[in-house]
Amino acid sequence: MITAERGATERVKRLRAQSENTVPEISLERALLVTEVYRHNYGKVSPPLLRALAFKQIMEKKSICINDGELLVGERGPGPLATPTYPELCCHSIDDLTVISERKKISFKVSEEVKKAQQDVIIPYWKGLSMREKIFENMSSAWLDCYQAGLFTEFMEQRAPGHTVADDKIYHTGMLDLISKIKAKLAEVEKEDGPDRSAREDQLQAMAICAESLIRFAERHAELAEEQARVEKDRTRKAELLEISRVCRQVPAHAPGNMWEALQYYWFVHLGVITELNTWDAFCPGRLDQHLEPFYRNDLAAGTLDREQARELLQCFWVKFNNQPAPPKVGITLKESGTYTDFANINLGGVKADGSDGVSDLTYLLLEVIDEMRLLQPSTNVQVSKKNPDLFIRKAGEVIRKGWGQPSVFNVEAVIQELLTQGKSLVDARCGGTSGCVETGAFGKESYILTGYFNLTKVLEITLNDGVDPATEKLIGLGSGKEVQFDSFDQLLESFRSQLHHFIEIKITGNQVIEELYAKNMPAPFLSLIIDDCLENARDYNAGGSRYNTNYIQGVGIGSITDSLAALKKHVFEDQKYTLPELLAVLKNNFAGREEVRQYLIHKTSHYGNDDDYADLIMKQVFKLYYEAVNGRPSYRGGIYRINMLPTTCHVYFGSVIGATPDGRLSGMPLSEGISPVQGVDLNGPTAVIKSAAKMDHLLTGGTLLNVKFTPQVLSGEKGLDSLVHLVRSYFRMDGHHIQFNVVDAETLKEAQQNPEAYGNLIVRVAGYSDYFNNLSEQLQNEIIQRTAHESL
Amino acid sequence: MVIKIEGTIFNIQRFSLHDGPGIRTTVFLKGCPLNCIWCQNPEGISPEPLLIRQQQKCIGCYSCVKQCPQGAVKKGPSGPLVNQELCGNCFLCSEFCPAGAVEKAGQTKNALELVTELLKDRLVFEESGGGVTFSGGEPLMQPEFLLEVLKLLKQEGVHTAIETCGYTSWHNLVNAAALTDLILYDLKLIDEDQSKKYTGVSSKLILSNLKKLVSLNVNLHVRMPLIKGINDDINSLEKAAASLQEMGIEKIELIPYHNFGEAKYEKIGRDYGLKGLSRYSDADLQKVRIILSKAGIMINREGELNDYSRTGSH
Repeated sequence: MITAERGATERVKRLRAQSENTVPEISLERALLVTEVYRHNYGKVSPPLLRALAFKQIMEKKSICINDGELLVGERGPGPLATPTYPELCCHSIDDLTVISERKKISFKVSEEVKKAQQDVIIPYWKGLSMREKIFENMSSAWLDCYQAGLFTEFMEQRAPGHTVADDKIYHTGMLDLISKIKAKLAEVEKEDGPDRSAREDQLQAMAICAESLIRFAERHAELAEEQARVEKDRTRKAELLEISRVCRQVPAHAPGNMWEALQYYWFVHLGVITELNTWDAFCPGRLDQHLEPFYRNDLAAGTLDREQARELLQCFWVKFNNQPAPPKVGITLKESGTYTDFANINLGGVKADGSDGVSDLTYLLLEVIDEMRLLQPSTNVQVSKKNPDLFIRKAGEVIRKGWGQPSVFNVEAVIQELLTQGKSLVDARCGGTSGCVETGAFGKESYILTGYFNLTKVLEITLNDGVDPATEKLIGLGSGKEVQFDSFDQLLESFRSQLHHFIEIKITGNQVIEELYAKNMPAPFLSLIIDDCLENARDYNAGGSRYNTNYIQGVGIGSITDSLAALKKHVFEDQKYTLPELLAVLKNNFAGREEVRQYLIHKTSHYGNDDDYADLIMKQVFKLYYEAVNGRPSYRGGIYRINMLPTTCHVYFGSVIGATPDGRLSGMPLSEGISPVQGVDLNGPTAVIKSAAKMDHLLTGGTLLNVKFTPQVLSGEKGLDSLVHLVRSYFRMDGHHIQFNVVDAETLKEAQQNPEAYGNLIVRVAGYSDYFNNLSEQLQNEIIQRTAHESL
Repeated sequence: MVIKIEGTIFNIQRFSLHDGPGIRTTVFLKGCPLNCIWCQNPEGISPEPLLIRQQQKCIGCYSCVKQCPQGAVKKGPSGPLVNQELCGNCFLCSEFCPAGAVEKAGQTKNALELVTELLKDRLVFEESGGGVTFSGGEPLMQPEFLLEVLKLLKQEGVHTAIETCGYTSWHNLVNAAALTDLILYDLKLIDEDQSKKYTGVSSKLILSNLKKLVSLNVNLHVRMPLIKGINDDINSLEKAAASLQEMGIEKIELIPYHNFGEAKYEKIGRDYGLKGLSRYSDADLQKVRIILSKAGIMINREGELNDYSRTGSH
């Protein structure tokens, strides 16, 4: 395999190949260790202590390994890609395990022993106790109806809140320092006489146990390295093993002193977070270049490390992320996020705490590492500030235009303004960034939890059916299912607004219950060590201990609902070409026998994404309604609700539960993704797309996602690279939050040839000019496909 | 009064990267005095709007047949058939065609409307050092309209370029030159007979205009389309090089022939005169480059014309 050959050194090539070629499999080791702890201690000690004891058990007992030749050590499971389960969150049935192992995509190997242990030990203990079961038991019937109809998804039904990122704290604070701080805080708390004194003490004790356990986990690796060194014949490797051992005794007990130690420290913390609970978006080092830069600079100056050795260490670090696939998901959670990627999304560039340019030589080295490794994980992005040199975007652009999807591009000034709007301090905002897909956060200080995707287009469908979901035929919205009448477009929007508030209310009522369940039953004392101010507040991350607490509901399908409303406005209310009942009947029949109506709706309606105010102003109206329905509501943890606009893979699931829509979309087809236009209708080029997208007030959100597609030819040469930089700078001048360039390969072009309608917006570089792929003759399309295939070799 | 001046355009292409510096919007004005056999935009030759039909988009609903007030469209065996003699150019068929299979090429806009449309990408122009390029057709076929639009854009501080074939009055050209930042001069054939044969007009006016332009202090950029077997043989190239040098032009851009316009001929119901002609390969292009550079003409590499201010004629 060609892909297995990537990497700067033989060592990296080997480790990378191992990571790429190992089949993900389920390991029950963690589940069994946790079950043992719960069996002995559940109900005897408070939840934080119970969770700390479980963490301690895993860190002390789990099998550890040092992979052949590796420099950075530690795996979440017994070996690379061996993936634990979290029965306290989601206890898989035997059927679940069968599905997980047999499905075509995103599968995991499940051995017979695993199935047997699940049957004999895990299921009998956890049945009825897992968070998943508790959540569904506690939801109202209205919530359950909406959930089944696909109005929204629920993030916490299989995975824990997480959605946070490390700041620079660990690079100057050892776990022993944290333990000292905890002791000092305990001394303060002991003098309190509030009703929650003992709960606060337990929380602090639990955090101390977790800190000690991580030190012990590292020591076990030190011991293993020494053991291996004793029998190692190869002198170089022997020395490396002894160095690994030394590093593992230094960190995480103490602050790191060099780049190797810094990386190893972060990696132990990462494993701690993703072992304690199955946190969404795993965990993430955040501003990796800025955090490592002082170590890198010192090591170079001291002559203890050169650029190539730094590259090798970073590449070893990359492999570590790829060794940890997102734990298996089932049901709707799989549909909304169907990928092995666990969304650790490393940030590069941006500005420093004092607002100055954050790009350094290490940033460029990391871009080289990203390109050389080409791994699914970690995800990466560049944080582009007006203070960063164009060279930074150009270097990122050189990687982007190779077309394998990384890095994505973010607007630092927008992110900072979003954070300031939410009440963060300027320094916390500058040290923040984006994680997961596009989510804005104050790194190391904020719990910014995504609670579920919200199906905006489905709300319109239910509005048009007077509260009834046509798919399940249940009355789940406001109304009585009679034929709807609207005197004007504004009246339709008003009705949509009422339905929207109704469903948001149901979603948030459910969220409050779920948050309380997590706060009371599933604290995260280890994660609480890493995120300010859980320690100072003596309160858990899941109970609102962080400095900032934000809950998100992610809006999906803004393009589809905008185009649908634009069609209704134009053809029903303005031109009166169709009556509403007539059009609804056509939709109900999925345009059967009425293709001319579908074509008319597609071709004679203004579509969002063309810099045409007719549709774009409707987008703004929908956005405002959604913002007003969600923004500012209080959360259980004492934080507030906000919106962001991203789909992961949920636009496909959400589309599958919606019938035909007035924009000409057929029943069951995907919705538009992120804030991108409906697939194939943006015909005025990428500058029109960014103009349309920028009409949304991004600064009121916690992240938006815009995808723009190109063929490699458009972005080729100096002019292509220039144009990429200019598009990014232009979009960001208009406060756009994020843009990613989908530089398509020959396979996609072939698909475009088969399904031209879905690729109407695909621009290809032809000879002296660029054109839409659909506009080219078949012969020319073939020629370009060939050329692309040639170039991507 | 300004807004009364109207023009006919058949396309506005945003994110245009190859007709001047930066990211540009290219406006295609209808009407051309030439009738080049290789024309890539044949729908732009006639000054009036015309119908473009794309049979593969037709869903066979025959709205066009129902809507035509002249009865000019009839059901055919494989889609609608238009009787050109009966057609009154009302374009109702394109308005009602649900599938976009019949479209009108040529929209009338007044100068202010067009400028408003063009300013939509102003911020991108500023960011990229781009602007607006007027192409066609031949933009100078609608001189009053063009000059008015150029004037308005100049007031807005937008960089403009015009792409011309040079077959226009000196008066028009010099007026346009005074209002635009860059002239892209498409020089097709030097030889008069050849020019008449393949473009329908004499090259005399084109060459004399070019010569006069060189003597003005304008930002001029000469481009030469290369058509296999028509203007790329060694004699033609050497002759072209000699003429260019005589005028003091040392650097040009080459636009190698491609057959991508071929499909358009079918859409507007015309025959294509160069059917089957193969496109330029890198090797073909290299040969031409060598001939021209031996004759003392420098070639700008296609697609890498970032600094138009340095590609003038002096």
